[in-house]
Amino acid sequence: MAEYSVFSLLRNAFSAQPDWKPAWRKPDPKPEYDVVIVGGGGHGLSTAYYLAKEHGITNVAVVERGWLGQGNIGRNTTMIRSNYLLPQNQHFYEHSMKLWENLAHDLNYNVMFSQRGCLNLANSPSQLDDFARRGNAMRHVGIDAELMTPEQIKAFLPALDLNIGGRFPVYGGMVQRRAGTARHDAVAWGYARGADRRGVDMLENCEVTGFLRDGDRITGVRTTRGEIRAKKVAVAVAGHTGQLMKMADIDRLPIESHVLQAFVSEGLKPFMDTVVTFGAGHLYVTQSDKGGMVFGGDIDGYNTYAQRGNLPIVEDVMSELAAMFPGLARVRLLRSWGGIMDMSMDGSPIITTGPLPGMYLNTGWCYGGFKATPASGWCFAWTIARDEPHPYNAAFTLDRFHRGLVIDEKGQGSTPRLH
Amino acid sequence: MLITCPYCGPRDVIEFTYQGDANRTRPDPASTDQAAWNVYTYDRVNTLGDHAEYWQHSGGCRSHLKLVRSTLTHAISSTAFVRDHGEKKSASRRKPGAAT
Ligand SMILES: Cc1cc2nc3c(=O)[nH]c(=O)nc-3n(C[C@H](O)[C@H](O)[C@H](O)COP(=O)(O)OP(=O)(O)OC[C@H]3O[C@@H](n4cnc5c(N)ncnc54)[C@H](O)[C@@H]3O)c2cc1C
Ligand SMILES: [Zn+2]
Repeated sequence: MAEYSVFSLLRNAFSAQPDWKPAWRKPDPKPEYDVVIVGGGGHGLSTAYYLAKEHGITNVAVVERGWLGQGNIGRNTTMIRSNYLLPQNQHFYEHSMKLWENLAHDLNYNVMFSQRGCLNLANSPSQLDDFARRGNAMRHVGIDAELMTPEQIKAFLPALDLNIGGRFPVYGGMVQRRAGTARHDAVAWGYARGADRRGVDMLENCEVTGFLRDGDRITGVRTTRGEIRAKKVAVAVAGHTGQLMKMADIDRLPIESHVLQAFVSEGLKPFMDTVVTFGAGHLYVTQSDKGGMVFGGDIDGYNTYAQRGNLPIVEDVMSELAAMFPGLARVRLLRSWGGIMDMSMDGSPIITTGPLPGMYLNTGWCYGGFKATPASGWCFAWTIARDEPHPYNAAFTLDRFHRGLVIDEKGQGSTPRLH
Repeated sequence: MLITCPYCGPRDVIEFTYQGDANRTRPDPASTDQAAWNVYTYDRVNTLGDHAEYWQHSGGCRSHLKLVRSTLTHAISSTAFVRDHGEKKSASRRKPGAAT
């Protein structure tokens, strides 16, 4: 019987709830593992899960400096989509979408994946042309996309002010109906439990402070809970990638760490049942199942490792929200917070072997690593197990920047502010 | 965050435009050294701690500034004009039309 099911629920309901086990054990570190994964965020945990499930590699530890899920996996606005233009991103994110569609069953854990759709508004005619191009590119490879007229948008999202304050009228939009949201904590916990039950050790409060080396080769990690040797060391620490790489004497990377803020309002009655993005600025918003409006905008824009943002972005984000939904202007904000993001210079991720022998690197997620969580772990596990990338992540190399092979989804050139 | 512009004094961060990492040197424009250009264009030190960086006081005196700011606390330990205004201007830098 599945660990979580209606039957286990009933059996426990009629007794003193004796059967529940913690979702993961709290083991002490072993002296050596086949694979050590640094970072207990979404990507580290899903990597551990797929290493065990798909490749039978279970002598694995996830090494996390705080608590599992304390990083960006527990801080994001949970939006999931696969509406990309470039083939490298399309295949990867569509693979992720397909994994999302079956994730709750696969993990036996309700991740509350809700395909409520994602509507990108076009606030200029040229933006609409651009969406038509992107939508066609998506449909060409079998990803769903529809172009919408303002009338269709009115019916799809009645709460929206189609005039957006008179300054940014809506010319149309593109919707991906299979896009949506999921419960971020459940994703981390579900992957952690799935990996734990297959034998993976979750080592919390265990900060990596250096690497063990044999010449160039990485042979393990030095941690606050002692040295741990490993045949393979996989790094998935999101905004802290630069710090980890400096421990391996790699001083420069095509990555900067920036803060992104997120906001949630007090709970409202059902108001909108989709994800919507503003085209004339940068705002994405949805309503959570509890009723709160969950939204965010741009990164603050300067290098930082502080998990808090500044007020100019707060003002910017609020004014965009109030312009789109004047009816929300007097809704009170409940909470805001920030997370440190690994902004790559072309807006696309890195999932690769290296950069040193014995090491594997997963980083560069910018604004969008939550939706990538399943495919990122799936591809990273493949890369670690087989010492070569899967075709889905073959383009996500680290040396692409120096080889003229950047994956510049927005066609904007080198900057650490892309999404 | 407040930034103390050496010309205007302490001002809100909203008046400033971030111009990024000051730890890199732009190769000579005539250089055809591909590797040097790649490093300049893509690679960053991404320091945790004191970070040298450029800001422009775009909503004020428009000076270009070089700051040292902690990426952990946001505390600014040094602010200076990128170009030293005390420096004697060379003839070639003269404003067009200025008296010789
Ligand atoms: C405010 C915000 C909103 C976002 N919204 C979205 C969204 O709507 N959709 C979307 O797709 N993406 C979104 N993202 C991006 C997404 O959350 C991230 O890209 C993704 O979570 C990063 O991967 P991760 O889960 O593995 O990172 P994290 O959860 O940050 O995991 C990294 C882990 O590494 C640990 N670590 C760091 N250093 C060490 C060390 N020395 N030793 C041991 N462990 C260490 C950290 O403690 C952390 O737990 C958002 C991000 C933020 C901050
Ligand atoms: Zn000034």
